[in-house]
Amino acid sequence: MVRISVDIDSCIGAGQCVLSAPEVFDQDDDGIVMVLDGEPAEPVAEDVRLAGRICPSQAITVHED
Amino acid sequence: MTTTDSNLVGFPLRRPGQPYPPAEYEGLRKREGLVRSTLPTGAPVWLVTRHEEVRAVLTDPRISSNPSHPGFPRPAKTGGVPAQDQVPGWFVALDPPEHTRFRKTLIPEFTVRRIREMRPVIQAIVDERIDAMLAGGNSADLISDFALPVPSLVISRLLGVPKADCDFFEAQTRVLVTLTSTDGQREAATKALLRYLNRLIALKTKRPGDDLMSRLLADGKLTPQELSGVGMLLLIAGHETTANNIGLGAVTLLMNPQWIGDDRAVEELLRYYSVADLVAFRVAVEDVEIGGQLIKAGEGIVPLVAAANHDETVFECPHQFDPSRSARHHVAFGYGVHQCLGQNLVRVEMELAYRSLFERIPTLELAVPVEELPLKYDGVLFGLHALPVRW
Ligand code: HEM
Ligand code: SF4
Repeated sequence: MVRISVDIDSCIGAGQCVLSAPEVFDQDDDGIVMVLDGEPAEPVAEDVRLAGRICPSQAITVHED
Repeated sequence: MTTTDSNLVGFPLRRPGQPYPPAEYEGLRKREGLVRSTLPTGAPVWLVTRHEEVRAVLTDPRISSNPSHPGFPRPAKTGGVPAQDQVPGWFVALDPPEHTRFRKTLIPEFTVRRIREMRPVIQAIVDERIDAMLAGGNSADLISDFALPVPSLVISRLLGVPKADCDFFEAQTRVLVTLTSTDGQREAATKALLRYLNRLIALKTKRPGDDLMSRLLADGKLTPQELSGVGMLLLIAGHETTANNIGLGAVTLLMNPQWIGDDRAVEELLRYYSVADLVAFRVAVEDVEIGGQLIKAGEGIVPLVAAANHDETVFECPHQFDPSRSARHHVAFGYGVHQCLGQNLVRVEMELAYRSLFERIPTLELAVPVEELPLKYDGVLFGLHALPVRW
């Protein structure tokens, strides 16, 4: 199980998260990250970890619990 | 770590007839700390070659993108586009919080969804260029007939340039990226484009349309003067970068036809060629330690994204073109707050360009041996000067 938190103030709207896990992340009308599903199950969790790794502004934290 | 003169590395390392990325990067990645180098101007600079440290440089708030700081690395003129960093709206050369205002204003225009909505427009532009090539006979220069006009036409549509002016727009942007253009021609083209962008802004103020310029004018967060600088930045940042990728990718797919039709090739091509290796220049504004190396305030830094994208500790067999690898963590678009604004647009342009080219011209082949293709060793960006093809 993973839990996601995002820091919308540091998001720069590159959309890397949306490309990685479209079931979990979207961008609002301002281009800022929105979490659609804060506790996604495997196998989507793997995509979420990738999003956390590649987000250019390190706005995504993936908690493993 | 101390640096002795024997450790000094010339810059840039890209040289005619050598493999790309430069083979020396491998040795540099294995060195402790960072690599001391001198620019063609004689100024010292730190080269950063490992993936982890390139990301560290590009996210450190003590490291600036602003060329007005003393010590900012100035590469010698290499036939690239003229320096624009004094133009208002040239936000790639600003740091937060000034940068943030521009970036936040622009990102709604470049979201994954917004770019997806542009697919039909991009497809139509790609198709028109292919129609024109097919109508012209059974050979073409894929760079000047396809790879350069496609991104230029896409950006003009994005900005809201009326169709009738797209040819003018394309011709002027072409001058900026043509190596044989003189400095005088480049300057004249830059002035003509800025004048045109100001006219476009006046037009969109009077008669707004469904386009980026009209929306940004209406929302009023940027002044018209800043907006024309933004327009110029989008134009320059998104033209030759994309064209080089389209061209290099077409050659690579022709040489590796088993990957034609596989959209995963796009991300791998971005990683593999990392055409913007010499783009993300920085300067330290405070002392900062990166990779065990103390960088003093006022020292220039060049994070080499091609070196990072061929870091063997991050990408297995990095010199192999392998679209089946997961390459999404490459830094071809940079990293940190300046990571490429146009990246989602590029991905769609490359995908549609390759798909349409190979579907519509299945007999496409190189018209010269691959070793004879004129590679760009002399520009800021890596790419091809020309790509003669036939079908
Ligand atoms: C394959 C094509 C492209 C590559 C390899 C590329 C690469 C890059 C890189 C490395 C940066 C970071 C520069 C830095 O950190 O100093 C960047 C920034 C930027 N790119 Fe791209 N780019 C491409 C296409 C485009 C396109 C099509 C557009 C727009 C239509 C665009 C617009 C921008 C802008 C506006 C910035 C500055 C962003 C900021 O400062 O926040 N690029 N690009
Ligand atoms: S990848 Fe990071 S910066 Fe980009 S939209 Fe997602 S959260 Fe924002």
